[in-house]
Amino acid sequence: MLETATLEQILERHGRDPANIIAILQDIQAEVNWLPEENLRYVCDVLQIPPSKMMALATFYRAFSLEPRGKHIVQVCLGTACHVRGAVRILGAVERELGIEAGETDENLEWTIETVGCLGACALGPIVVVDGEYHGQMTSAKASRVLQRAKKAGDNGTGE
Amino acid sequence: MNHRISGPDDLARLREELQRERHPEQPTLAICAGTGCQAYGVNRVIEAFQTELAAHGLGERVKVLPTGCPGFCERGPLVVVKPQGIFYQRVKLADVPDIVEKTLLQGEVIDRLLYEDPQTGQKVVHEAEVPFYALQQREILWINGLLDPTQIEDYIALGGYSALIKALFEMSPDEVLAAVKNSGLRGRGGAGFPTGRKWESCRRAEGEVKYVICNADEGDPGAFMDRAVLEGNPHSVLEGMLIGAYAIGNCREGYLYVRNEYPMAVENAGLALEAARAYGLLGENIAGSGFRFDVQIRRGGGAFVCGESSALMQSLQGNVGEPQAKYVRSVERGLWERPTTLNNVETWANVPLIVAKGWEWYAGIGTEGSKGTKIFSLVGKINNTGLVEVPMGVTLRHIIFDIGGGIPGGKQFKAVQTGGPSGGCVPEDMLDLAVDFDELDKAGSMMGSGGMIVMDEDTCMVDIARYFLDFLKEESCGKCVPCREGIARSLEILNRICQGKGRAEDIDLLEELSETIGGFSLCALGRTAPNPVLSTIKYFRHEYEAHIFEHRCPAGVCKALIEYWIDPELCTGCGACTRVCPQEAIFGQKKEPHAVTRSDCIKCGACYDVCRFEAIKIRSGEVEPAGVASPAPAVEA
Repeated sequence: MLETATLEQILERHGRDPANIIAILQDIQAEVNWLPEENLRYVCDVLQIPPSKMMALATFYRAFSLEPRGKHIVQVCLGTACHVRGAVRILGAVERELGIEAGETDENLEWTIETVGCLGACALGPIVVVDGEYHGQMTSAKASRVLQRAKKAGDNGTGE
Repeated sequence: MNHRISGPDDLARLREELQRERHPEQPTLAICAGTGCQAYGVNRVIEAFQTELAAHGLGERVKVLPTGCPGFCERGPLVVVKPQGIFYQRVKLADVPDIVEKTLLQGEVIDRLLYEDPQTGQKVVHEAEVPFYALQQREILWINGLLDPTQIEDYIALGGYSALIKALFEMSPDEVLAAVKNSGLRGRGGAGFPTGRKWESCRRAEGEVKYVICNADEGDPGAFMDRAVLEGNPHSVLEGMLIGAYAIGNCREGYLYVRNEYPMAVENAGLALEAARAYGLLGENIAGSGFRFDVQIRRGGGAFVCGESSALMQSLQGNVGEPQAKYVRSVERGLWERPTTLNNVETWANVPLIVAKGWEWYAGIGTEGSKGTKIFSLVGKINNTGLVEVPMGVTLRHIIFDIGGGIPGGKQFKAVQTGGPSGGCVPEDMLDLAVDFDELDKAGSMMGSGGMIVMDEDTCMVDIARYFLDFLKEESCGKCVPCREGIARSLEILNRICQGKGRAEDIDLLEELSETIGGFSLCALGRTAPNPVLSTIKYFRHEYEAHIFEHRCPAGVCKALIEYWIDPELCTGCGACTRVCPQEAIFGQKKEPHAVTRSDCIKCGACYDVCRFEAIKIRSGEVEPAGVASPAPAVEA
């Protein structure tokens, strides 16, 4: 959960304007990786947004998560170009490697797998993005290796 | 820090000064640093160049220029050595010392890094001679390779903002409007609405406050030209918006709505706004003309439907992005109920060209109904993947086979999908179709934003239809029942066909459902949702029938209908497949042909991906070839 002081800074940055609610939610998620209920209720009170509308927004936009996400986020692109080049096989490999399915987070809150409609790097498909780093021309074996390396780096506490 | 530009002469003086600093003879390494080349790890290559140059004491003399995407993604990372214009492709870290020592210091051309024309086997030295580029007409994209998108000075040195100055000081708003109208420019976002007419309606609409919006919520999977333009040359988009705001009048605020999935575009656009403000090209009293206009960036929330103009405006107002009924036009009542002009990135980027070079020049490019050039992203099963800018009216065949270099691995072309989830699949016998807004429409597809996904014999057309409906089911906002329920039911039917459980009446049922979805949805997402289904039924009906009546997927894609087997003639027994198989379903002794235990196989395809000898085969509904049956392993474990 985000502390009130940080939350206030975010609200201030966006002029406490309800029209900027999407940007506000993006900033909250950038800080804590998800949208905790307490934070949303606070924002509702300050900006006079009904909780029903807040829920509508938080569930409508794919970018938002109402559950904690992992420390590391793996995005598997399922755009058309990646799809015709076998993205489904890559997703399968990523799911097997991490032991969770697309949209899930592991128990230790280490990993989350997300699928995206298109990352706009179609020429290099299939694409897998691990913590913001793009990996192109994936095969299922290459995707497994990328994740194994990332896991190892995570274990050493160096991150990726 | 910068001085504010105070008029036409001032900008001209600044440009001359900047051009002097940027001597054309200065040795320069122009390196693509776009999102595509990032995926190749180009940042490490750029760092390596900087280190290597410093080690040779060339840090001052040789300029490293990280540019936006010039389009030839297939061959990245791309490095152009200037002033000679030597084109190096697929440059790796290990090539960096050679390029510095041999090319920069000794003037030698490194043969192994040159592009080889697959058709002639000839090596090509200069960038301009690479057929992929030479066959295009790159009015918008060419500049991407010449400038650092984070430096406004680069853009100004290349003539940037001269169109704005011309509009502000030499033309009345009506003259600018007339130029855009006469140019024949049509919106590049998909629908192809005449831009000038849109502006004119907005200009005529009553209102003290009007808005312009740049739609950079490029959601069509397979399309990335807007990302490349906004990332690689954000000032061209901004200049277009400024000119539009001037022509429309009463317009002091604009919004740039960018997809959240494009972090670099967001960053570069943000830098562009700051730099333009610092030079007095954005904000109050622009270039001393008295004209005032500013732009804010908003990031999307990952909802495809927000690419639809009325949904985008809802999103800008902090609402759920549901499309609105169109009986009120947004040019009259759009954002905050005020007259609003929304155009997409590529459309805005065309505007400065029209103003600078004249509408007559622009109208001379293209076809009767579609003017100018269009950028396409050529992806999928194609040799030269990347961005292609061509005049409207060239044929699909020219784009795919001449510029795109055809299909890799000697496979057979099957279809090209245009227009994203709203578009359709065009089969081979229609490849001589001229690409413009109206011709593609007639073929049951559409131009859309310009994604072209090439498919070969290994692509299952039923699976493609299923894929798009799956995508649209997720992205439908749920407001209209025909779209929300119709897509979900169509998807159910397609899912069962792909699982080999299709029924004889399913094709008719899909067509009937499509009629309802297309006829009774509010926005283009629903109205065009049936296109992928209807066009694949129209042109590839036999594939549907093979799934339904023969329980066979001819392309070998649909998991429930395929089997993996190993061709003993090709298998070398290297064991790569056994190591990756998560099921331990592959057995065989080292250096002996292996086989698959079918009952254990989950058809994940890991073995297929890893085999270097193409020994892993997929079959569907065929009789097992003699001698490769593998019911019980006869080999010791």
